[in-house]
Amino acid sequence: MFYRVARKRRFPGKRVAGTALCLILALTAAGCRTRSESQKQPTPKATSTQSASVAGARVAAQVPGTAGPDDGQWLMPAKNYASTRYSELGEINTQTVQNLKVAWTFSTGNTRGEEAAPLIVGSTMYVVAPFPNFLYALDLANAGALKWVYKPPVDSSAQGVACCDQVNRGAAYADGKIFYNTLDGQTAAVDAATGKEVWRTRLGDINKGESITMAPLVVKGKVLVGNSGGEFGVRGWLTALDAGTGKVAWKAFTTGPDKEVLIGAGYQPFYAKEKGKDLGVSTWPPDAWRLGGGTVWGWISYDSELNLIYYGTGNAGPWNAAQRPGDNKWTSGLFARDADTGQAKWFYQMNPHDLFDYDGVNENILLDLEVNGHRRKVLIHPDRNGVLYMLDRTTGEVLSADPFSFINTTAGVDLKTGHINEVESKKTRLGEVVREICPAAPGGKDWQPSAFSPRTGLLYLPHNNLCMDFQGAEANYIAGTPFVGANVRMYPGPGGNRGFFTAWDLAAHKPRWQIRERFPAWSGALVTSGDVVFYGTMDGWFKALNAVTGEELWKFKTGSGIIGQPVTYKGPDGKQYVAILSGVGGWSGAVVAGNLDPRDATGALGFLGAMPDLPKYTTAGGELYVFALP
Amino acid sequence: MCSRFRRIGLLGLLLAAAACSGKAVAPAAPAPRELRVCADPNNLPYSNRQLEGFENRLAEMAARDLNARVRYTWWPQHRGFIRNTLKAGTCDVVMGLPSSVELALTTRPYYRSTYVFVYRRDRGIAVRSFDDPALRKLRIGVQMIGDDGINSPPAHALANRGMVRNVVGYSVYDDYSKPNPPARIMEAVARGDVDVAVVWGPLAGWFAARRSFHPNAPLELVPVSPQIDRPFLPFVFDMSMGVRRGNDKLHAELDAFLERRQPEIDALLDRYGVPRAGGPGSAPAAT
Repeated sequence: MFYRVARKRRFPGKRVAGTALCLILALTAAGCRTRSESQKQPTPKATSTQSASVAGARVAAQVPGTAGPDDGQWLMPAKNYASTRYSELGEINTQTVQNLKVAWTFSTGNTRGEEAAPLIVGSTMYVVAPFPNFLYALDLANAGALKWVYKPPVDSSAQGVACCDQVNRGAAYADGKIFYNTLDGQTAAVDAATGKEVWRTRLGDINKGESITMAPLVVKGKVLVGNSGGEFGVRGWLTALDAGTGKVAWKAFTTGPDKEVLIGAGYQPFYAKEKGKDLGVSTWPPDAWRLGGGTVWGWISYDSELNLIYYGTGNAGPWNAAQRPGDNKWTSGLFARDADTGQAKWFYQMNPHDLFDYDGVNENILLDLEVNGHRRKVLIHPDRNGVLYMLDRTTGEVLSADPFSFINTTAGVDLKTGHINEVESKKTRLGEVVREICPAAPGGKDWQPSAFSPRTGLLYLPHNNLCMDFQGAEANYIAGTPFVGANVRMYPGPGGNRGFFTAWDLAAHKPRWQIRERFPAWSGALVTSGDVVFYGTMDGWFKALNAVTGEELWKFKTGSGIIGQPVTYKGPDGKQYVAILSGVGGWSGAVVAGNLDPRDATGALGFLGAMPDLPKYTTAGGELYVFALP
Repeated sequence: MCSRFRRIGLLGLLLAAAACSGKAVAPAAPAPRELRVCADPNNLPYSNRQLEGFENRLAEMAARDLNARVRYTWWPQHRGFIRNTLKAGTCDVVMGLPSSVELALTTRPYYRSTYVFVYRRDRGIAVRSFDDPALRKLRIGVQMIGDDGINSPPAHALANRGMVRNVVGYSVYDDYSKPNPPARIMEAVARGDVDVAVVWGPLAGWFAARRSFHPNAPLELVPVSPQIDRPFLPFVFDMSMGVRRGNDKLHAELDAFLERRQPEIDALLDRYGVPRAGGPGSAPAAT
């Protein structure tokens, strides 16, 4: 029923085994399911963890279709507010998955990276494609026949102004409407039945480099949306729109005075380093916060009991680090905010004064665990910096901080102060070549969302194994002709593989098992009560593993590399289906989607150096694959 | 020379083709060749859709020399410009690239410019070097580019000298719906928002040469010193045209054009007030 583990405090060169911590996965009935497979699980620990606890299970009840046991729909990219990507469906399980076959497919007609999660509402599937961001409604009762397509009026110049990233990470469903964002900075609400636009609100100015790529989250009648574009000097924000009208209810900036960051009397951070008046101004040189970055392009989670939303902020920009001395609040950190007002409750900064492009926007998984004999509401955050954080989500206290990726830029987090110990020799400076910076800019893990199974107690992490050389000596960037930046070269980290798919044991603070991948594992993960975990690879394989052992049970080669988010649902025929968008692209796949010259190692901000062989393995082209048992 | 032979060869081929077409008419004018140029529609003094930039003029000049017509692919010169134009194959040449870029195959340089200090003459400023102590008391504008560890060279030179709090950043991208977004930093100098700005020569020279842009006072341009700052931070760059790697034919033709027409190119750059720092054209002894 519970794990005994040591609470770790990590410092350079030594690991202090602290107080023993007792971590119990608390339970809800919804998480329990007795299956024959679970009895075969090799470790007794794993069998004992079927009880679960996804905080927010009750929260999800507020969204139509998720009340009570899993109804087989998929209404938001992370499946639920706790962001577990865990489904109760178990028809496809460790015994049956080997028979999985393609049921039907659908082409998006788009050659950019397909990062979105399909949604399933009733007997309809909704798919958002990359720019120009068409929304397709597919009839599940009719092998995915097209019901309608919504084509938002998007600024065609968006592709030129919004640079490199034309992806979209998906939509959210609530109150009969599909909500999603367009690359050129709009949020649209579309009638889920008819495909008619209900409202559309312009939030960002693409002409200023402000784009939107994230999937919104709908909480209590508000659509939460954040911006992208930190590399252009965009000032980051998260805003809440009225789901009925599209009117802005509140907007919280990442930089600037407290009033604009929505920091007020209710703000009670755990650590002293996060306290002080107007830190969003004073931790920057004068006015530098106005171009400070800290965009909000990742994931949002929600806890209905605490009525708090959680999200991470992007890295500081566009200044070089020497030009922005200070902690650069509130970039590269986690915010907890009141879901109604947006007022900040706490903040924790993982990467003060970021040097390496370590955004803090990765997913936050909300779980209820017993720590040191006390039931704690925790938040799990695998960060770009390679550290997996467990925080108390009521207070913002860091309970543990474990490296899940090879790290040499930092050496441990002091849990007392919240400070991360930086490694001096890896700091980038102009005129110096710093070699073997690990993790590289895309981090130990980028946006690709992990999944958690209450049955195994394991967090399933698709992630990267990349290091980089920073050759600041060749800086010759000319304003007005922006062609040459730092020479950043990325290459595989230790072991030579560029990606991992890791089952992380939260209780033991270490991997239970790990799959090496040739390319960065850039897709999301999905885990089910059938103890099967799904993910895709950049060379196009869609894989199903035994969630307990990591054994590969099934795989299928799709038409293009996979960087999307797998989902599962119960079809109108009562059968379980699994769906994934194939279509390589994104930052890691730019060499294919953008048709870049693989000889230019510094292309795509240095990512090309690590990916020159990708074009040999895959070509571009977006297509949805839906699988089922015969 | 080589390119002329090639043109004659092409003409011969076309004539032969016409002769075989069965139409007993005088040889029709061959379908005009196109010089497909990748350019920013909103970035003076380099280029714009109204063809007012010096790179527009240079493209015309090159096209005439190649007996071709210019056709543009317009795309903002933001990150991804080369990828979405030159590398996507929708156009064949970018008129202005630092000669050292790896993104493209660059021609021989056709000018060398420098970053300059820009200030209003009515301000009583006489800054010539990053090491001038007077800089520390001034409000200095620089252009910001990205968050990838590297920024415009002046930002680094100032930061290396501990000048941070008196530096004002202007995004080189700024608001693309307004004319020539990178020019905002020049307007800030003209208005007096900053005392001095450190700006890449062609932009500064073009702006300074047009009094209507800065009615309050004439602007002074002073090439920055040192030209190469420690540890290795150059402020002077050779500029070339760029073609796709592998397009050796066009590369050779453009090289030949640049060699032949350098004096006219120099005159063009003079008309746009582009500050030069030796190099092509001005340093014939080097050839």
